[in-house]
Amino acid sequence: MDRVAKIRGPISVLDRSDVDTDQIIPKQFLKRVERTGFGQYLFYDWAKEPGWDLDPNEILVAGRNFGCGSSREHAPWALRDYGFKALVAPSFADIFYSNCTKIGMLPVPLPEEEVRALMAAEEAEIDLEAEVVRFAGREVPFDVDPGVRHRLLNGLDDIGITLQAGEAIERYEADRERVGPVTTGL
Amino acid sequence: MPSTLFDKIWAAHEVEPGLLYIDLHLVHEVTSPQAFEALRLAGRRVRRPDRTLATADHNVPTDGSLRAAQIRDELSRVQVETLERNCAEFGVPVYSLGSDRQGIVHVIGPEIGVTQPGMTIVCGDSHTATHGAMGALAFGIGTSEVEHVLATQTLRQSRPKSMRISYDGGLGFGVTAKDLILGTLGQIGVEGGAGHAIEYAGEAIERLSMEGRLTVCNMTIEGGGRAGMIAPDDVTFEWLAGRPAAPDPLPVEEWRTLRTDPGARFDHEVEIDAAALSPQVTWGTTPGMVAPVTEAVPDPHTPGEERALDYMALEAGTPIEEIRLDRVFIGSCTNSRIGDLRAAASMVEGRRVASSVAAMVVPGSAQVKLQAEAEGLDEVFRRAGFDWRSAGCSMCLGMNPDILAPGERCASTSNRNFEGRQGRGGRSHLVSPEMAAAAAIEGRFVDIRDWEPAREPEPVGTR
Repeated sequence: MDRVAKIRGPISVLDRSDVDTDQIIPKQFLKRVERTGFGQYLFYDWAKEPGWDLDPNEILVAGRNFGCGSSREHAPWALRDYGFKALVAPSFADIFYSNCTKIGMLPVPLPEEEVRALMAAEEAEIDLEAEVVRFAGREVPFDVDPGVRHRLLNGLDDIGITLQAGEAIERYEADRERVGPVTTGL
Repeated sequence: MPSTLFDKIWAAHEVEPGLLYIDLHLVHEVTSPQAFEALRLAGRRVRRPDRTLATADHNVPTDGSLRAAQIRDELSRVQVETLERNCAEFGVPVYSLGSDRQGIVHVIGPEIGVTQPGMTIVCGDSHTATHGAMGALAFGIGTSEVEHVLATQTLRQSRPKSMRISYDGGLGFGVTAKDLILGTLGQIGVEGGAGHAIEYAGEAIERLSMEGRLTVCNMTIEGGGRAGMIAPDDVTFEWLAGRPAAPDPLPVEEWRTLRTDPGARFDHEVEIDAAALSPQVTWGTTPGMVAPVTEAVPDPHTPGEERALDYMALEAGTPIEEIRLDRVFIGSCTNSRIGDLRAAASMVEGRRVASSVAAMVVPGSAQVKLQAEAEGLDEVFRRAGFDWRSAGCSMCLGMNPDILAPGERCASTSNRNFEGRQGRGGRSHLVSPEMAAAAAIEGRFVDIRDWEPAREPEPVGTR
């Protein structure tokens, strides 16, 4: 996974709430068995609406409850493939948030009024190390789970980290694992 | 210290802080291929194939095809074949097309009995919370996490907050589990459960059948909740007894301890008057945009609601009962179990689907289909004019050929009314199986509580 530290540049704005992952990447594109190539289908139906304009900047600013609905990781894959490296919104759906952090894309929750102010700005800098967003001469702090922050800053692979806890997992399986069901014995 | 059902399951599965052991990993064809491929590239194996179970559901045609090779859509066929190949290579049991255990992943888990109280269950699918209805901690994950669980049988999770939704009173006549959860979403909103593991409790929940409880927990994600759960009781134990994967005898005494202790604290408590709920119909493009069938399409208060009315081609003030339909879909992981089909069949028996409506029933699993056919429900539906299909996710998300045409309006027993969810430009109204069945007959929504049209006499010589 690529390291994430500072993301700076012009922003793209999608001023809609409850943007679900069906809009981000419609189902007909989930049939691919690869992780790449989804960017061209991002917001496939909305992109046909008159007046639609979403530049592939590195920062996308959107309305609340962004990424709700289906757990498809194809949604963050499509956003990243399109060019976004960080997303700013008043809130994110849980699974979507988690999916973003697994692929090195940074979701940044900010209070609603700060998101509105940011939407009016032209550009911004997101500093994960300092946990702040800088725009229009201001600095707004944001929250990020310390484990997620560490992983993103260092570009670490989750599985690699967990495999280091291999002994603890083996101990759990020896001492505490529940009995059944055994799926291979049905 | 008194603890909640969630606390107990969480504590029993923490390998180390923030690392949860997973008792059951359910897999389907859409969110797994990239995970298996990554394992292969890294030279990793599936740590516990014996705690992993796969099925093909999202992409499968519902035309009775019995082999992946029969799937006409090439990409769908490749995806199902890839699942079969990956499962063979990594030793994971798979119920694909043609298996008598194939079906929607959230239907077959409880049906086979691999879903049991006290377990941690994950799946690369947001409706995994369904399994929480049996007293499990179950949640949806993304493909990177699927890979993580395949490789390690664990998952890194921040601990969610806890919420209890308590229902006062029982549900009235004609008001179902689907109406209970739709009404709940209308009250808490589509973000009301975000960051929380939700326990559903109270008289209305205790009185629900197992199938009804699965319907309630299934839609937890539509309120943003990470997991939904219900304490196991006799209803749960009776459901599980004799299922292929259930222990014999059931460890009932142990399972009875899986309940929230008196005095245990939740981060949030919500109370809902179940007795006051009516049959519900969604009018917009999120499951929280919902109204009782007795009311009218509401005035929009936000840009999102304005956009939703525009998309749905509805005007504020239109009575819900005047909304006319082109299609009816009875199916999905929310409402495709045998109890759902029996309930819908009881509404349509001896009646005819309106000439303006195309209606279909898609059983949730091969087993549900067999059971329904043994009971003659397929004939009831066919005689009424419904299309009787084979098991799969079907028109809930339209990855297979079952989709709405642009502009078509559908009464659907599924879980999402998002723009284009059931087909580009399609307009979805979420309802219970009984409401969907009655809507098919009338060609518009009706309040099933005072709906009793005449039934046609049985045709001569049919029985």
